[in-house]
Amino acid sequence: MSATGPLVSARGISKSFGGVEVLRNVDLDLMPGEVHALLGENGAGKSTFSKILAGVHKPTRGTLSLAGQPVEIPSPIAAQRLGITLIHQEPISFPDLSVAENLVIGQVGARPLGRVRWAALAQEAKRLMALLDVPIDVTKPMRGLSIADQQMVEIARALASDSRLIIMDEPTAALTPKEVETLFKIVRRLREEGRTIVFISHRLEEVRAICDRVSIFRDGDRIETAWTADLSDAEIIRRMIGRPVADYLHRGTSHVGAVALSVRDLTLPGRFEGISFDVRKGEIVGLGGLVGAGRTDVARAIFGVAPASSGTISVDGKPVTINEPSDAIALRIAFVPEDRAIAGIFRSLPVETNITAAVPEKIAPRGIIRRATEKLLASQSVEKLSIRLASVRQPIGELSGGNQQKAILARWLLSDPEILILDEPTRGIDIGVKAEFYDMIGELAASGRAILLISSELPELLALSDRILVMSEGRLTADIPRAEASQEAIMFAAVPRSGRHTVSGAAA
Amino acid sequence: MSTIESPRPAVILREAAKPRPRWQVILVRPETVTFLLLIIATIVATRLSPFFADLGFILESSTYYVEFAIVALVLTIVIISGEIDLSPAAQMALSACLFGTAYRAGAPIPVAILVSLVSGLAMGAFNAFFITVLRLPSIIVTIGTLILYRGLAQVLAGDKSIGSFPGWFVGIDYRMIGIVPVPVMIFIIASVLLGLFLGITILGRQIYQIGTSEVAAIHAGIRVRRIKFGLFLASGLTSSIAGLLTASRLGSVRYDLASGGELTMVLIVMLGGTYIFGGRGSILGTFLAAWLLVIIATGMTVANIAINAQLTVMGLLLIVSIIATNAIYARSQR
Repeated sequence: MSATGPLVSARGISKSFGGVEVLRNVDLDLMPGEVHALLGENGAGKSTFSKILAGVHKPTRGTLSLAGQPVEIPSPIAAQRLGITLIHQEPISFPDLSVAENLVIGQVGARPLGRVRWAALAQEAKRLMALLDVPIDVTKPMRGLSIADQQMVEIARALASDSRLIIMDEPTAALTPKEVETLFKIVRRLREEGRTIVFISHRLEEVRAICDRVSIFRDGDRIETAWTADLSDAEIIRRMIGRPVADYLHRGTSHVGAVALSVRDLTLPGRFEGISFDVRKGEIVGLGGLVGAGRTDVARAIFGVAPASSGTISVDGKPVTINEPSDAIALRIAFVPEDRAIAGIFRSLPVETNITAAVPEKIAPRGIIRRATEKLLASQSVEKLSIRLASVRQPIGELSGGNQQKAILARWLLSDPEILILDEPTRGIDIGVKAEFYDMIGELAASGRAILLISSELPELLALSDRILVMSEGRLTADIPRAEASQEAIMFAAVPRSGRHTVSGAAA
Repeated sequence: MSTIESPRPAVILREAAKPRPRWQVILVRPETVTFLLLIIATIVATRLSPFFADLGFILESSTYYVEFAIVALVLTIVIISGEIDLSPAAQMALSACLFGTAYRAGAPIPVAILVSLVSGLAMGAFNAFFITVLRLPSIIVTIGTLILYRGLAQVLAGDKSIGSFPGWFVGIDYRMIGIVPVPVMIFIIASVLLGLFLGITILGRQIYQIGTSEVAAIHAGIRVRRIKFGLFLASGLTSSIAGLLTASRLGSVRYDLASGGELTMVLIVMLGGTYIFGGRGSILGTFLAAWLLVIIATGMTVANIAINAQLTVMGLLLIVSIIATNAIYARSQR
């Protein structure tokens, strides 16, 4: 155990979820006083790896040692005791408690029935926030803070617990450039203090700015670890993607037809404002932006789940009124929601029931369900989309995530839609199944459907879209033709640049 | 742990969990528990009293519970949809009192019956308005209207009973179809019809889907609010019918008619294995549970068990049935 030995040594770490291996045999050393970037596409395994370090997940196989000692990290509390803190992508906080209270939540050592020293607590909170040089009133409730400020509170919390290893999972995703600069200052200081920072980001320029070394993950494997300076951007991207992105591009934009869906000045106060765009037949329009930019809200408004308060929607040139999803379905609009577990599947019901849920008139023409018809339709869908299952009668909850998602897509294909809205259709599914989805989405467009694709995965947006719209803080900020689209162009339009902003505020 | 492995081990170890064996799917369900309890209760009761060998005796003694059991059928559907209605017993009282008042004021019986049925629909619509339009939780709304409707019944009818209905209206529990009293026959027919409704129609299917995940149901284009509105209307209408049956059986109405009945109804539905959080349950279970309740209650009365001890047994039964239902559903949740 020498001073120059690694702080963390991971050997042969593997992890499976429900039979799908998301991390394979990963070896990695993290040195004290280094900022180490984990890079990779979504689903490559970098988040899973950091969650294993933070005690959120337990590895299926493999060993971890901390400062030379073998350790097991069975829970986030245990991780904190060992001096490991994970700062989440989307800050987890208690919105009704004050900033100061949030800062000390999860601090170990406090006695359960001990008296809360409010004055001391506020004092400590102020000191921590002062360290970060962020003017946040610690007595205010978390609810009123912007995402960026909430992130800062999370970082302050890590400082409070005096961690040796701080893992930041996409900390800059919701920050303005000025805030990013503040964050980097803090990270550099933490490094000088000899702490280890694991930095997860999609933005290469940020990685270049502060990371000493990078480890690149792909499909659950650690592909390479190197000094940041030794790799060019192109080399990093090639290792991340591992295949030419152009693989998916087997369509031209030649068969784009008339406008199918047209949206003008759609507004829902507090969610989105003045949204106008068209989607043509045969066209895939990407909708990018940061989490919380209002993309899902627009989709929900078009589909009638939470209708807009003003603005017009036209289908095939005719203005329409959509008050609830059944109106949208009648207009042959389909919507695959982002949150599959809540808004998609009926977990305990059979796969066939799930698949036929949106087409009651097809399985029950006179109100009485025809079992044979239902089973036939479900089986055909299962075959067409190669959904892997034991029986169409088994509860859908027993299927893997990717196959559940296929079943939801199958549900909407049965309704024979002209307009498809796909909200993060490949989130949380296997890389292999993802490719199948890309093919299907391409085929759907090729057969003349209008597709609005919401995705937070830039490579996915770039590969599939004919045109990319970008939203930021409830407004459309860009409409980028395929030829000019790049990760940088999308991010440039996605990141709010109007100084301090309140995303979660109840304003308006 | 060797570090040398094939570069690409199979990623997909298991795509979907194995389905449960068929016998488990068929046998391990809450209705089976209800059925077993029913058999046990019948055997014990038969030992306690020779009357129990007589089917006619059981049917006659069921007429008190059968009014609640009829409402419990609709309540089963309401609970499957993820809501609850605690006001039916009060609706029975108010609609029956309206019937009595209308009759006393000189309306012919058919008109008075119509008044009662319309009031049932109105009370159901009132509940439904708060629950589906204002989106308030049904448990709170119907506790409120449970008190409200009962209070209105008392304001309307005072503390005295209203009676002296014509002879043909009174005593429906003594009219027989074969050996089956009319109210029991209504219960049996309603069970079959509602069982079919829930089991084979698309509306029945959608009610299960709403109860399983309301958000997913909305996203699948199911008209959730309209269906729920309809269910509360049905609950009100059924309650007023049950109120009329009670009025006929007693020959008079009073504001405290069917007092405490909401708990009996919930007890029947829970005993039948319907899941309190919605999405699962069946009319068959409620049907069996109604008979279980009749046999246990009558059995205890015949065996001279004091009424307070009977309550204890009912309470225990309710708890046991909820534990069994939860255990079975937790098991099938994987």
